[in-house]
Amino acid sequence: MSNQPSTSARCRPFESSSSAVPDAVPVTIAPVIIVGASLGALRTAEALRRAGYAGPLTVIGEEPHAPYNRPPLSKEVLSTGVSHSAVAFPARAATADVEWMLSARVVSADLEARTVTADDGRKHPWRALVIATGLRSRRLDLPLIAGRHTVRTLDDAMALRDELVPGASVVMVGAGFIGCEVAATARKLGCEVTIVAPGAEPLIRPLGALVGAELRRRHEQHGVSFALGRTVAAILGEVAFEGLQLDTGEVIAGDVLVEAIGSVCNTDWLDGTSLDLTDGVLADSALRAVSTDGTAHDDIYVVGDIARFPNRMFDDVARRIEHWNIPTDTGKRVGAVLGAWLADDGSFAELVTREFTPMPAFWSNQFEVGVQAYGLPALTDGDIRILQGELSGAVAVGYYRADRLVGVVGLGLKAELLPYRQQITALASGKLT
Amino acid sequence: MIKIEVNMELCQHYGQCVFEAPNLFKLDDDDKLEYHAEADDSERDNVESAVDVCPMQAIRIVE
Repeated sequence: MSNQPSTSARCRPFESSSSAVPDAVPVTIAPVIIVGASLGALRTAEALRRAGYAGPLTVIGEEPHAPYNRPPLSKEVLSTGVSHSAVAFPARAATADVEWMLSARVVSADLEARTVTADDGRKHPWRALVIATGLRSRRLDLPLIAGRHTVRTLDDAMALRDELVPGASVVMVGAGFIGCEVAATARKLGCEVTIVAPGAEPLIRPLGALVGAELRRRHEQHGVSFALGRTVAAILGEVAFEGLQLDTGEVIAGDVLVEAIGSVCNTDWLDGTSLDLTDGVLADSALRAVSTDGTAHDDIYVVGDIARFPNRMFDDVARRIEHWNIPTDTGKRVGAVLGAWLADDGSFAELVTREFTPMPAFWSNQFEVGVQAYGLPALTDGDIRILQGELSGAVAVGYYRADRLVGVVGLGLKAELLPYRQQITALASGKLT
Repeated sequence: MIKIEVNMELCQHYGQCVFEAPNLFKLDDDDKLEYHAEADDSERDNVESAVDVCPMQAIRIVE
């Protein structure tokens, strides 16, 4: 059994036997509230404590589980069936007095009155607000029947795992990282797998056609089928999933449907506020939330893949980055900046102007192929070069914009990528394009 | 002195720890992780960062 909060745990401290609020803190002080209870929330809470903030801190999150690591969901959790305790992040002593309200969804926020309202109707006042609600899976707009799956949460992965039995026929819609990883895992478990996607190659948007085609070839070698350049016209089956009809009229029969068609930002609860919710929540480089009139809020911050912020390693354009390292990097940044604002010790003004240039980094394992990348390959203007090795073997591929390296992707290479990572880092200190 | 433990069954040799604590972690010529199991207390912040950035959550500080 896990000793951490599980299903239906509400208002319980995260692995702690102490009371939620230290005795020294007057209860009249409103807490810092972090909405969302995943990795970004955990790293923010830790960094706030590291910055010296000792006041009340509350995390309110929809999922029933304390923060856990998501990368294993498409791999180890599906293949070996690990439990929450195996993927949970370890709790640290410094955050033992954080109040974790799990299985609680925040439905609205009032930025003037400084409150958020949870789905049980309770209003929670805050002194500072951290937006960490992340993303949810985008779903096909088709009837809800048995056998439809997605992989975003631990519960999603557990439900899918039970269906990935040898001989089962899996139809994967989507050829991004999650789609390709789950397809590889399902194939290794003995399932028949077909990937349906609108692009000409898998992973074409993040990695381009060159690397995408090579990864397709490797999937095909392992018996994965592809229906590329196709969209879904209809779902077949009335009670349970039986197959998909494609836009070409072609029918792909199957037992299990997995939808990995990207994600939607969980900003619904902020609708009607002044914040710029164009794509996620707009933030400045200090990760302060920004209103549509351009005002940055000293008491409202954004962390994780919902944060659209400028990274001057590349340019001044605010972007969301859906990579695993971003919740940690943004959480630490918010902990430091907000910690200084709360301390009111004069360090805030300097911290806000300090450069924030986190290196985007991601990894993926598909069959025997380890994909590792740094930077933002998708920013390339089409200038993609093989830096070393051969595409069919171990290779490093460079992605350039205006003749500058903005991203590097390695297949089967790791240490060899480090000099290229260094080149991308050098962008931050050099002149901007 | 702090003690570092890496679960080598979990480790996928991604090498993210190398950036956070370069004195203690490195990838060898075969891209396999090598690390020092003991470190000076002055390295604690770096080791904690290495623990944070490990995608497999394979590193821990033995208290």
